[in-house]
Amino acid sequence: MPNILKPNVLKPSRRDVLKYGAAATTALCTPFVSRAWAETVEINMLAWYGHGEPDVVGEFEAANNVKFKPKYYAGGDNMMALIAQSPPGTYDVILSDAEFVQQLNAAGYIEELNPADYPFDDMLYADFRQFPGHWKDGKLYSMMVRFGHLGVSYNTTAISDEEAQSYKVFWKPEIKGKLGHFDWHLPNLGQMSLTNGNGPKLWDQDEAGWKKIQETTMSLRPQVGGFFDYGGTFNGLKNNEMMAMAGIGDWITGVLERDGAPVKSVVPKEGGIQFTESWSIGKGTQKADMAKKFIQYMLSPDGQVHSARMLAYPAFCVTKGGRAKLNEVDPKEAKRTGQVDGMPNDPITLIKDGRVHYRNVPQQQSLEDWNEFWQEYKNAS
Amino acid sequence: MAESRPAKPDYYAIAWRMPLIVWQGLFFVGPLLFMLAMSFFLVKNYRMEAAFQFSNWSRMLSKGFFWDAYAYTLWLAVLATFITSIAAFPASYFLAFKASERLRRWAIFFLVIPFFTSYLVRVFAWQVILAQQGVVNAAISYLGLGPWQMLNTQFGTMVGYLVLCLPLAVILQTFSLANIDKRLVEAAHNLGCGRLRAVFTVVAPLAKTGLVVAAVFCFILSFGDFVSPYYLGGSKPPTLSIMIVDTSKSGQQWPRAAVVAIMMIATLLAVAFTAIGFAYRKRGK
Repeated sequence: MPNILKPNVLKPSRRDVLKYGAAATTALCTPFVSRAWAETVEINMLAWYGHGEPDVVGEFEAANNVKFKPKYYAGGDNMMALIAQSPPGTYDVILSDAEFVQQLNAAGYIEELNPADYPFDDMLYADFRQFPGHWKDGKLYSMMVRFGHLGVSYNTTAISDEEAQSYKVFWKPEIKGKLGHFDWHLPNLGQMSLTNGNGPKLWDQDEAGWKKIQETTMSLRPQVGGFFDYGGTFNGLKNNEMMAMAGIGDWITGVLERDGAPVKSVVPKEGGIQFTESWSIGKGTQKADMAKKFIQYMLSPDGQVHSARMLAYPAFCVTKGGRAKLNEVDPKEAKRTGQVDGMPNDPITLIKDGRVHYRNVPQQQSLEDWNEFWQEYKNAS
Repeated sequence: MAESRPAKPDYYAIAWRMPLIVWQGLFFVGPLLFMLAMSFFLVKNYRMEAAFQFSNWSRMLSKGFFWDAYAYTLWLAVLATFITSIAAFPASYFLAFKASERLRRWAIFFLVIPFFTSYLVRVFAWQVILAQQGVVNAAISYLGLGPWQMLNTQFGTMVGYLVLCLPLAVILQTFSLANIDKRLVEAAHNLGCGRLRAVFTVVAPLAKTGLVVAAVFCFILSFGDFVSPYYLGGSKPPTLSIMIVDTSKSGQQWPRAAVVAIMMIATLLAVAFTAIGFAYRKRGK
């Protein structure tokens, strides 16, 4: 075979090996180098279920090259325990129910925030700027990001809108065995306190008031068809096993209503309870700037809309910008939830009229007292 | 006289036994002891603190709702054990004595299949079947019956327990019955013993160990189950397993939940040892 037909590449010289080797090495390593330069930042989140899912944080993740690593909890007690059992700096952002912010702060689990970083001027209601427990000695520790109302949740085929205007509907003979309880003492006993006419003092009851709450609650026991967690509550309403549900609100019925189920929630005349969720930055985090950016995003119109339409459980916007954007992109959902200025069931109007009370912990009894009574109630026949 | 020398430890045998001993020590005895110690701890600011206080025990055991839940859990477990054992026996008897080898193999295979799926998923499927607008009520409505309330009742809980225990009970009973020397049954028949009498006086005593073990498994699984009483029984009233969850959720009272758990373990051990003692007791002793 003539030499000219023998390609050099088959008989590589030392120079060829070095040349091609260097080129191959560069080609193979380039992706890793560029990946290292733009490495995705992992943000550890402690929150209720749903807050770290793509429908809420997906857009923020893509825009900022971050990835949320959520740890979900069920209940404020559970959240406190998870933080207490973890080393400082484990969680970068923490979502908590407002009544637990004070405890987070007292235990030193959260960082101080700079009020100038957040849109206080855009808040829908003056109270939200100074939400109880979020400030201490003039310092800000947590930012309210969403809220929802608990009241009478019912199946519209069994209970009329007029009947649902009072907690007394829970005692309706026709729904005997068809009343479900969300299995948490706090909202249920809070509603029983409201039934007794305690209004704004629903959490602050002396011994006589507490005894009356227990009596009212016990009188409801024959009506009860079951005690459920989120999934059970959801299924119970969906398959018509339960015609009314105590201790919940639109955060569960809203998911079903969006799918066309004949269920809804209203704030009755005795008053409703507000759950409030707030973001804080975990003490000792190494990613405070990104955590701040995330809270700012959740308070931006886009973030507020994602929060309001969350697949796991919907809630109300807290900013004017958020509400305006929701009305723009999803007017049906805005109308369904009353988040339209001038609507009679506008959540802000309900608060202003004094019909909704912020959820709290019992002031004159311990949580254990309430929990033990709840156990007795569940065991009663 | 030859000097008796102390026997040398059999290191080879010990080496084979060690993994089991270490495993049980690390993952059963260790956690059990820790749970016992934890029942004396205290909770302050949602954090457990090591202590040696009897307050958790006195608080839990003095509450009427604890004993109500204890009695209800015990009742449900006994009932489930009884129903499962009775319901499983005819099927096991058929598989052991009447079915061909091939049919028995297939039957065992199909009895094992449910365990391939999560028990929780199976229970959620039963919610659809038992619901007011579910499969059963839809079927009986054609007969002009119903709708019956099955979900969120004791009946619902019992269905869940049977879903959990029945396949296992049939498998254990079948293996036990299949090992009986069939010539003894034939001898009983030859001596004039009727079929039913032979079952009670020959078959059942010979398979006693397997039958009792199957019943003990049913009791253990039912007594400790959380899923069925919660998702099919509507937690109405709660069992001890549900109480453990409630107690640990509210105020993070893990030490008090440990008290409930220890009471459950003590009950299970007492029942299991008594039953096994009965199962292996020789006739006449």
